[in-house]
Amino acid sequence: MKQLEKRVEPKAWEGFSGGNWQSEVDIRDFIQQNFKQYNGDESFLEDATPATKALNDRLVALKLEERAAGGVLDADTKVVSTITSHGPGYLDKTLEKIVGLQTDKPLKKALMPYGGIRMAKDALESYGLKLDPEMEHFFNDLSKTHNQGVFDAYTPDVKRARHYKIVTGLPDAYGRGRLVGDFPRIALYGIDYLVASKLDDLDNYGDGEMTDSVIQMREEISEQIRALNQIKDMAASYGYDISQPATTAQEAIQWLYFGYLAAIKQQNGAAMSIGRVDTFIDIFVERDIERGVLNEKEAQELIDQFTMKLRMVSFIRTPEYNSLFSGNPIWATLSLAGMGIDGEHHVTKTAFRFLNTLKDMGAAPEPNITLLWSQKLPDTFKRYAAAVSVESSTIQYENDDLMRKQWGTDYYAIACCVSAQPVANGIQYFGARANLAKTVLYAINGGKDEIGKAQVGPAYEPISSEYIEYDEFMRKFDAMLDWLADVYVNALNTIHYMHDKYYYESAQLALKDTRLDRTFATGISGLSVAADSISAIKYGHVKVIRDEDGIAVDFKADNDFPRYGNNDDRVDEIAVWLVKSLYTKMNKHHLYRGSKLSTSVLTITSNVVYGKNTGTTPNGRQKGEPFAPGANPAYGAEESGALASLLSVAKLPYKYATDGISNTFAVTPSTLGHDEDLQKDALVNMINGYMKNNGHHLNINVFKRETLLDAQAHPEKYPTLTIRVSGYCVYFADLTKEQQDDVISRTFHQSM
Amino acid sequence: MLQRQMHERKVPTRDGELIGYVHSTESFGAVDGPGIRFVVFMQGCNMRCQFCHNPDTWRKNVGTEMTTDEILRMALPYRQFWGEKGGITLSGGEIMLQTEFALELFTKCKKLGINTCLDTCGQPFTRRQPWFDNFNKLMKVTDILLVDIKHINSDEHRKLTGFRNENILDMCQFLSDINKPVWIRHVLIPERTDFDNYLIQLGDYIKTLHNVEKVEVLPYHTMGVHKYREMGIKYKLDGIEPPTPERVKNAEKLLHVADYRGYLE
Repeated sequence: MKQLEKRVEPKAWEGFSGGNWQSEVDIRDFIQQNFKQYNGDESFLEDATPATKALNDRLVALKLEERAAGGVLDADTKVVSTITSHGPGYLDKTLEKIVGLQTDKPLKKALMPYGGIRMAKDALESYGLKLDPEMEHFFNDLSKTHNQGVFDAYTPDVKRARHYKIVTGLPDAYGRGRLVGDFPRIALYGIDYLVASKLDDLDNYGDGEMTDSVIQMREEISEQIRALNQIKDMAASYGYDISQPATTAQEAIQWLYFGYLAAIKQQNGAAMSIGRVDTFIDIFVERDIERGVLNEKEAQELIDQFTMKLRMVSFIRTPEYNSLFSGNPIWATLSLAGMGIDGEHHVTKTAFRFLNTLKDMGAAPEPNITLLWSQKLPDTFKRYAAAVSVESSTIQYENDDLMRKQWGTDYYAIACCVSAQPVANGIQYFGARANLAKTVLYAINGGKDEIGKAQVGPAYEPISSEYIEYDEFMRKFDAMLDWLADVYVNALNTIHYMHDKYYYESAQLALKDTRLDRTFATGISGLSVAADSISAIKYGHVKVIRDEDGIAVDFKADNDFPRYGNNDDRVDEIAVWLVKSLYTKMNKHHLYRGSKLSTSVLTITSNVVYGKNTGTTPNGRQKGEPFAPGANPAYGAEESGALASLLSVAKLPYKYATDGISNTFAVTPSTLGHDEDLQKDALVNMINGYMKNNGHHLNINVFKRETLLDAQAHPEKYPTLTIRVSGYCVYFADLTKEQQDDVISRTFHQSM
Repeated sequence: MLQRQMHERKVPTRDGELIGYVHSTESFGAVDGPGIRFVVFMQGCNMRCQFCHNPDTWRKNVGTEMTTDEILRMALPYRQFWGEKGGITLSGGEIMLQTEFALELFTKCKKLGINTCLDTCGQPFTRRQPWFDNFNKLMKVTDILLVDIKHINSDEHRKLTGFRNENILDMCQFLSDINKPVWIRHVLIPERTDFDNYLIQLGDYIKTLHNVEKVEVLPYHTMGVHKYREMGIKYKLDGIEPPTPERVKNAEKLLHVADYRGYLE
């Protein structure tokens, strides 16, 4: 290690306080030793520069052109995307302070076949483009993809569960994503130091006995080193030598962005987060300002233009994928603020600057801005964030007090929509979600799918009585849940084995510790529908109506029953039990690479597709109707007001659902208060209250239903109207009609 | 017993416990006083305001009977949302028709350190005893009042609500004299209250008070109209549209809304 220290150019570190970070890779320590809290308000902020405005106008025009063209302006059909596959690309070279595009042209989609060649081909064809036959031949006949590997190994049981959509959205044909690279490493250390450090790890991996895991890891470290060198080459093509540490704020942002750029050139993951870079960047900005080489206007310009790059990321997807995750989100999730484990807040001026990008460049879905909320954040910052929420509905709030405690570190970031991940050494294996509402029906129908009529689950005895008897149902449900846990974990074990083998994330993992803590992410959809259905069976005396095949197709509850979302323990406890129960059952299994089980209650926009593929449920929800998103109460179930709804969701235990419990909340502006000051107060108090009650995540939308109806009828009037759906932000105009209707029909909390 | 007989009406009880007639509750009140508040809408009102959007709260001695402890049990789970300023608001209907209930609830609230707010139109206000005595006791446990002044001109007030406004303005004067914080609210209705001369008068009147922390212009809306149809009551403002944003701005100017910033402290 002594040798390594000598390689670093000490001049780049001048002005920084020293610490452990100087002797080994340790970004957290660097931040801890050097960051400067900011307790003031937003009055110091500056507007966008003319260059930023010109670039932003060009980008917005391009995006509208792309939307008008049906979603894709241009795409590669022959060049397979790698870290170094493309020469430099620019929006306007003369104006850009931060450079680097996914391909050689803005918004041009890259060809990413390693997840699955058929998905890549179908995606192109759905936009009228044709995959080069040579590529098809290569990946079908000469090489192999992740998708082929998975299907070679899947059991018939998994294939059926997948086909009949009791598990859906599995990352078996695209990148699993959800890995946050520790991108600041490039800026602080330069590539050469990181390569040397990984070589050191390679030297020290294994005791000489070549077991499966040692072989696998040694191959992976070598892949990581290759990726690091390619990142250096790619940066060089833009005219930057990133072998050494960054010396200015502009370089620091540019260096770390090259790391992120490498990730999105290599992977089309479901979520490609940028991580938690606000405090890190702020240290460089403050140093430059102190040195007199940067002023506030220029600092804002750097943040604006970096953010603009994150707004440009996109992947080409198939229509099926788009129906799950509407509006083409990529979750360039940017985590801001939060607290240190020493009790000091991490609000810096740069956290303000990132929020200010929404004013400087208008609202946009990416990056997915996530505010790590603590009771102890300064009020000035909370109120500014609340003002931005009222204005643009683009921020999500997550409970930093809860996550810091759970993960044991203050250097974590949100890895996808809402899941936390330690940046230095944590990774997550993303695993979509299982449909609990359908599982309720499988328990009633003896494992037969209520729509496809096929035997999908095990052929247990169905419920045959006219009225469902609660105890009998629970016995059958428990057995069906066992099966669901089995088939779901089996599918995910297969997927992650193959993903590591055929679509390894060498760029992101090169920027993390070699020794990793892995979590095995699972997810739940239809929680509120399942909880209310079980409540109906328990309290409502539910009669079954069956079709000619004996399959339950409708239900009538004789009595009223408690519904999740009203702070009523009778049913809220059912929801809690469902989460714990599925978790406990899955946790019995072997999990790939010694990972630790986690689960989530978040659906993104897939609540619409899940609902579409699920029959009528005992809670009165009709066949095909959407589920509520994430952990939200079922539509129409909330009768006790906004706070009662929040308290119900807050009861779900984060300890089990460490991948996140997503709550999407819509409120009309006039309900929050009659003027801006009161609106800010109300939002701050509402979020504080939710988090004090251990709520995990809150999407906040502030608008009126009428606005959405008008935007649906006259999209041209609202080209960039941005709203928050479960775990991400989207242009309302980019949602399918079905999903727009779904958003419009959600509960709006309002008072008269 | 002697005291009980002195009241004009019998105070309703259940198993010896005071009860109130409750129309409904709202866990998330952000426009019913400072901060986020748990709002209890009481049943019963004497006034028949033409624009009232809750005619279903008019009838007296009906609704859900609740004790003050029952109200507190409902409200307290939301306490962590209230922040430093929020708390419990008693609204209506007309809360001043059930002052004994308000007094008992707010006395308990003060013991628990909960901020208390009354939302009233002042119509029952009188300096006659024993009412006034009771009101004084209630003021000792009330932190703030939201007072609606429906019209500054007493004749117009009577046309609009069925009652004259002298005692209401007297209440405002009294609250100013004892320096009890109030927010004054005024519903802006085209053809009824939206006249510059009346607005100027009202603005001047409010300036004479010393306890006003906030003045709000509430634009008339028609969201309650369907209730009239359901209840078979004739709606007297048919054909009147909500005021334009320009008229709302004008009213805010004439009422000097911007001068009242006490609520921000």
